[in-house]
Amino acid sequence: MTYLGRAYLFAMLFFLYTPIVVMMAMGFNESSLYEMPFSFSTKWYEALYQNTPLLTSGMNSIIIAIITAVIATSLGTMAAVALERRTFRGKSLLQLLLLPPIAIPWLITGTAMLVFFYWSGIGRGMHALLIGHVALAIPYVVLVVGTGFKTIRADLEEAAMSLGSTPVHAFFAVTLPLLYPSIIGAALFAFAVSLDQFVISYFLATPGYTTLPVQIYSAIRKGFTPEINAISTLLLLGSMGAILIFARFAKPGDVSDKR
Amino acid sequence: MPSDLTTNTAVRGPSGPRTGWTPPQWVATTALLMPTYAWLTLAVLLPLLTMFCFSFLSATPMGKAPIVFTLKQYRAFIDQPYLLNIGWTSLVIGFWTTLLCAVFGFLAAVALSRATFGRMRETLLILILLPFWTNGLVRVFSWTMVLRENGFLDNLLHLVAPDAGSISFLYTRYAVVLGLVHGYLPYMILTCYIALITIDDAIIEAAVSLGARWWTVLFKILVPMAAPGLISGCVLIFVPVIGSFMEPRILGGKVGVTMGTVIEDQFTQAFNWPLGAALSFTLLAVVLAIFATFSGVLKRGAAA
Repeated sequence: MTYLGRAYLFAMLFFLYTPIVVMMAMGFNESSLYEMPFSFSTKWYEALYQNTPLLTSGMNSIIIAIITAVIATSLGTMAAVALERRTFRGKSLLQLLLLPPIAIPWLITGTAMLVFFYWSGIGRGMHALLIGHVALAIPYVVLVVGTGFKTIRADLEEAAMSLGSTPVHAFFAVTLPLLYPSIIGAALFAFAVSLDQFVISYFLATPGYTTLPVQIYSAIRKGFTPEINAISTLLLLGSMGAILIFARFAKPGDVSDKR
Repeated sequence: MPSDLTTNTAVRGPSGPRTGWTPPQWVATTALLMPTYAWLTLAVLLPLLTMFCFSFLSATPMGKAPIVFTLKQYRAFIDQPYLLNIGWTSLVIGFWTTLLCAVFGFLAAVALSRATFGRMRETLLILILLPFWTNGLVRVFSWTMVLRENGFLDNLLHLVAPDAGSISFLYTRYAVVLGLVHGYLPYMILTCYIALITIDDAIIEAAVSLGARWWTVLFKILVPMAAPGLISGCVLIFVPVIGSFMEPRILGGKVGVTMGTVIEDQFTQAFNWPLGAALSFTLLAVVLAIFATFSGVLKRGAAA
């Protein structure tokens, strides 16, 4: 039974990774029509080096992801402090308001942003993308940092205050250092959310300012070349790396000894 | 526990050793919450509200045509019967995707919680969840490499049967469902796994020692006890799937017309924003109805 279960799990992994591996391998195949037999070549990566639109949009994606991570982590951590450590009326309503960006299909959120940003004169482009990405990332940050808070006892901060620390000083000297792993984890999470975001970006990007997923989508629809495989491979490896570092910091399910 | 700090501070009151003026609690709380909720209002709540208003307009307020308030956009399902077909297609795709995810994902979660331990389990879990956090668009694109004519699948077949024709099924609804299952399967495995690891081993041992076969254990113990995880997974998959548009576009080609692609068309091709808004809100109503129906289960799932 144990071996059957493991065989099944490996079959699942095979299903999950086959297309990804095939896609990556095709980026190293010489034929522009993905024809077999396979002959190894790095020419598509070299071509990528010349492909300014793809590289520019890739750069845009990274810049947006970094700014999103910084803003969303700062705002989300502040909100998590209030939601975890303070009592006030209407808290459950505020917690409920974090759900729409996660729970409503992005198609609806994205088109709604398009309509509102057009109507209010905010327009599209980089600033619009930032507004959208940060809003999508904030709920995740609040969740991750909030979970981190649950592993820290509130009385450590109180102990500091009874020893003469101001609340602000106690927070920065005691709670914040204990929270760092969660905060760094949340920032990486926000970075990955922004880097992978396609639907919202698709509606808010302009022809002059796109992100990598939007650029890839229009390239796929025009008829694709192995250059797309090359840039997709880099994108996948980038976000997989970020998530693995996140898993290292946040240790999902680890409620150990920060006491 | 969050109340401890506030009550203690209040009890200690002015006799505490702190110096200097401290603002009242509510000022600090508001200051902490304000930026986040102002941002969410600007980026999510106001847009949804605006789109709701747009869904009652007679035309996109861009040209010179006079705009009047009307309910006609919501009558689209009656006026344009082909929309009913498309809506039905979306529901069918959502149903099959969710069902396949539930069956394969639940079994994977059972295998993960029963047949693996320690390090191996941790590694497998990360490997299963890793693709989920990578770009969905790229993963959908990667299926075109496998499914296209003379793609990976055909080559695999020709290894066994060199003379066989092509079994490529890119640009069919099967391809759309396959791509969606690939995208959302890790979700189901995760929610079911979280529910399954809370089941006490002793219950299963007791059942087995009393002569229960594996299917009895599966259907009388594991499925009922992990039902909250299973249902959460189904809801969390069905909702985004019926709103998907790039999977049907890329893998479905001409047959990949769903509610998602129709809504996208209204905003990017047809520029009929009011109709797109009305369709979006119809979809949103379906989504909210699903969440409301299962809210109890979802809350318990979140608490676990």
